[in-house]
Amino acid sequence: MSEDPLPGYTGVVRKVLSKAGVSVGDKVRIVTSDGRVFVGVLMPRYSIKPKPIIVLKLDNGYNVGIRIDEGTVVELVKTREAILREAAAGAPAVIPLLEEKPAKKPQERIMVVGTGGTIASKIEYETGAVKPALTAEDLVEAVPEIAMIARIEADVLMNILSENMKPKYWVKIVDAIARHIDEGYDGIIVAHGTDTMTYTASAIAFAFRGLPVPIAFVGSQRSSDRPSSDAAFNLIAATLYAAKSDYAEVAIVMHGETGDTYALANRAVKTRKMHTSRRDAFQPINDRPLMRIYPFEKRLEPLQPPLHRRGEQELRVENGFEEKVALVKYYPGMDGEIIDFLVDRGYKGIILEGTGLGHVGEWLVEPIRRAVDNGVVVVMTSQTLFGRINMNVYNTGRKLLAAGVIPGDDMLPEVAFVKLSWILAHTSSLDEAKRLMRTNLAGEINPRLTVDLYPRWLQ
Amino acid sequence: MIERKANPKSINPRELGLKVGLEIHQQLNTKHKLFCNCPTILAREGEVEDTFTRQLRPTRSEFGEVDVAALFEWRKGRMYYYHAPRSHSCLVEADEEPPHEINREAIVIGLAVAKALGSRPVDEIYVMRKIVIDGSNTTGFQRTAIIALGGAIKLPSGKKVGIETIAVEEDAARKMKDEGKYTHYNIDRLGVPLIEISTSPDIETPEEAYEAALTIGQLLRLTGRVKRGIGTIRQDLNVSIRGGVKTEIKGVQRLDLLPKIVLYEALRQHRLLQIRDELRRRGLTEDELRNAARIVDVTSVFKNTQSKIIKRVISRGGKVLAVKLRKFHGLLGVEVQPGRRFGTELADYARFWGGVGGLFHSDELPGYGITSEELREVYKLTGAIEGEDAVVIVADKELNARKALEAVVERAVQALYGVPKETRAAQDDGTTRYMRPQPGAARMYPETDVPPVEVTKDMLAEAERIKPMHPLEKIKQLTEKYGLSSDLANQLLRSPYLGLFEELAAKYSDKVPATYIASLLTNILRSLQREGVPTGNLTEEHFEGIINAVANNIISKDAVPDAIKYLAKNPGASIEDAVRDLGLERMSLDEVERLVEEAIEYNIKAVKERGIAALSKVMGYVMPKVRGRIDGKIVAEIAKRKIIEILEERRRGDK
Ligand SMILES: [Zn+2]
Repeated sequence: MSEDPLPGYTGVVRKVLSKAGVSVGDKVRIVTSDGRVFVGVLMPRYSIKPKPIIVLKLDNGYNVGIRIDEGTVVELVKTREAILREAAAGAPAVIPLLEEKPAKKPQERIMVVGTGGTIASKIEYETGAVKPALTAEDLVEAVPEIAMIARIEADVLMNILSENMKPKYWVKIVDAIARHIDEGYDGIIVAHGTDTMTYTASAIAFAFRGLPVPIAFVGSQRSSDRPSSDAAFNLIAATLYAAKSDYAEVAIVMHGETGDTYALANRAVKTRKMHTSRRDAFQPINDRPLMRIYPFEKRLEPLQPPLHRRGEQELRVENGFEEKVALVKYYPGMDGEIIDFLVDRGYKGIILEGTGLGHVGEWLVEPIRRAVDNGVVVVMTSQTLFGRINMNVYNTGRKLLAAGVIPGDDMLPEVAFVKLSWILAHTSSLDEAKRLMRTNLAGEINPRLTVDLYPRWLQ
Repeated sequence: MIERKANPKSINPRELGLKVGLEIHQQLNTKHKLFCNCPTILAREGEVEDTFTRQLRPTRSEFGEVDVAALFEWRKGRMYYYHAPRSHSCLVEADEEPPHEINREAIVIGLAVAKALGSRPVDEIYVMRKIVIDGSNTTGFQRTAIIALGGAIKLPSGKKVGIETIAVEEDAARKMKDEGKYTHYNIDRLGVPLIEISTSPDIETPEEAYEAALTIGQLLRLTGRVKRGIGTIRQDLNVSIRGGVKTEIKGVQRLDLLPKIVLYEALRQHRLLQIRDELRRRGLTEDELRNAARIVDVTSVFKNTQSKIIKRVISRGGKVLAVKLRKFHGLLGVEVQPGRRFGTELADYARFWGGVGGLFHSDELPGYGITSEELREVYKLTGAIEGEDAVVIVADKELNARKALEAVVERAVQALYGVPKETRAAQDDGTTRYMRPQPGAARMYPETDVPPVEVTKDMLAEAERIKPMHPLEKIKQLTEKYGLSSDLANQLLRSPYLGLFEELAAKYSDKVPATYIASLLTNILRSLQREGVPTGNLTEEHFEGIINAVANNIISKDAVPDAIKYLAKNPGASIEDAVRDLGLERMSLDEVERLVEEAIEYNIKAVKERGIAALSKVMGYVMPKVRGRIDGKIVAEIAKRKIIEILEERRRGDK
């Protein structure tokens, strides 16, 4: 076993613990130099700051930290293996969450592709560890409702923190989904961390040039180890979308409001995480939700038509993403050298997140012109997120247009970034790239922004 | 055979080997909540609020353990309807934002209490999540952290009661009502810091339980940093007797009820042991009981029944099921606590596990519209022998009725072994009812969103500064500073109003004697309570209003008891309302003089003959007319002066 028996422990603590021959999970007895006695299970220390403190889980379930020095006496009381063996022996018969079985076995086959984050997990109270549910059996045991809707299978593709996602992983996810659609699944669910969900979901939307089935991206804003987690609710809604809807579109399926009433399926390329922590963080920008989903009633309520219906298109995949694309947010006084740097480093595309209708300081016009002249595709999006780029209204805009900047319509900056990454991997023609950027490929451009498409804080 | 009635006077708890541990929860008076920046005061009615509904999913441990109570609620589609007043809750309480770092002020107050109890602080504090899925926590768990271990309190009798742990934790949301599948909670209280003090099971009598709770409550109040008033302190108990089982009792709100609850629980366990012995004497075994306990459909017996309940169930397509409890004849009617029979315990199980309204059992039948013929038929169908076996009948949807009777059989099996492991809820009459099975191991895991806090020298020094004073020291201070008798000071110390007294005395003692304020909050209040006045309704604002009115000569002290009665019965009213409605305005001195003159005139003969000795006659005339609107002392002074004036006049006239 190469696993560290004393994770998080360094220095004097590690020395004292090693000398006693104990590892995390063991029950130990500790006598401190000032005479205090503690008995409990040795826990890992997750704190980043190294301190001479050990963490014990007492018999009453509480953790406490105890300061250790050379004079501290540590004795083994019971090994981790013995503790877990006893807990397993004393465990009650497993009660299933739901007693009823579906009247008849559901027909639809759904593949759940795992990329990271956990949509279901169990807690090992003895050690405080949270164990993710990985197999289809685990998932169905944790969220039995989904087995009433569809036949669930699972494919754990990778386990990556949302913030560590990269375009090269998008490629793997596209391949996996394509394979599963080819195998005949009626819908795909992708479990994904929420932070970069829009990027990955958009990548899938652009890569599938022909999509015959629904793809639902789903995640959770409250971790699945807690009773108030949104994970199960979202997963049920995603299963309904993947199995029961006839929308052959990539959607993000998450809570529609703070309560557990309905979820929204939002078009991936028009959706943005608009809140750091709320359940209903995912909101459509410059667009309406595709449908409202009531998981308890198992009801889908379409709110706008899909781009394509189930089975209309043949499966067609164009996989691959250019990694030399940058997303640059303009700020007052921004130095033109930042643009120069990207050009000099061989970047092929730059998405600018400009101000208002699509502006940057006029001193950037020259560095941008140089970029375009060097064959870099430069696209303008807006920091306001809501509304459309229009560079004809003010002088700077007109100068930027003249310099060769492509207006990004009402595209979200992140989506424009993914789109350009995809385009530049599939064409070497600059003109073709520019044309595609202005073409609505997956619903990322809304040609008509109506009055209602804007949130107001007071009525 | 056992006595049918359960008589609390018949037992001596100490001889039964009573052991009680207390868990005292007290709200801390910090500036903001334990894990966010919201204030720690509750919202007033009608404040701007947002609402949302949520569900809580039972979590399952690695070993499959799941909280059955939570599971049942969830399966039934239980939803929680949260009211979130904007001034008293934020995204943290709504479980829409991770908790902030733990409130240091709460930790320091906790450490100060720990010092006073001789507990040893831990070196680093870890916040845990304790699973609680009744909706009272939006997260589905309560955040709690042990800050110190060990220590003891000393009761007035000299007995020591050990302290096991001191924890700081978040208070739960306030339950408002149940409405169909929705349980309503207000989240203004959620996150208010609590200190939890758990004692060892050293307590051996109901009175000691009371004294221990009082001593701890008093120590907490002496910090001056805890919330005051009803509902800011709550007690949970665990109680066992020799041969019994440690039973958890939740939610004791009234301290004066505590000894009764302990006594009744000792009695219940004693009675259950007697039932066990009787069953053994009758030679019943678990196998015999289980094998005989076949659940039978007896709906046909009740085709033309007079029982309204059963009739309604059958008309809605429900079933009547029955089961035989071998050799239980007569035992279901045996009381385990005054007014609670063993059959009531079975009914609690039927309700919890089967979700049914209740049950009928042979020890209360015929009755409730069920005839002796019907009962005889049920005996026949279940194969029960009259005078030997008992039968239990449940009418409901078939599945529910079946589950209810299965639970009844399980509970009956437990009776063979004595006292089952239960969590029970305290009721207002001192009895308890079955709430749920006791959870196995403590369902706790680390709150990874909150970093641990190292207990530093600075924190300990700060705690030392606010460490509660020793009670004797406090009594000395009260007698010296306010001139209270040591008896009055002692009473104040044991009352929940010490803090209020100090506040009111500081503000009003130049106009109202501190001794009066003290006795108002102790003696006067207690005697009104004995008269049956609902003094629990009185708020601190009420008391301040009364003292303020006395200080400003708006009402007389004699009018105070009437004012208190009025406010206790009309808690929404103010002292101004009381004065107006009761006509308590203090009488002007001119008016008193006029009345006294009138009285002397009326009794002039007696005054002339007996002089000052006629004072009582004069007073007897005046006092019924002032009805508390002025102090008798003042009336007496005026009357004395007037009588003396008349006597002097006469003397002068005689010369
Ligand atoms: Zn708050």
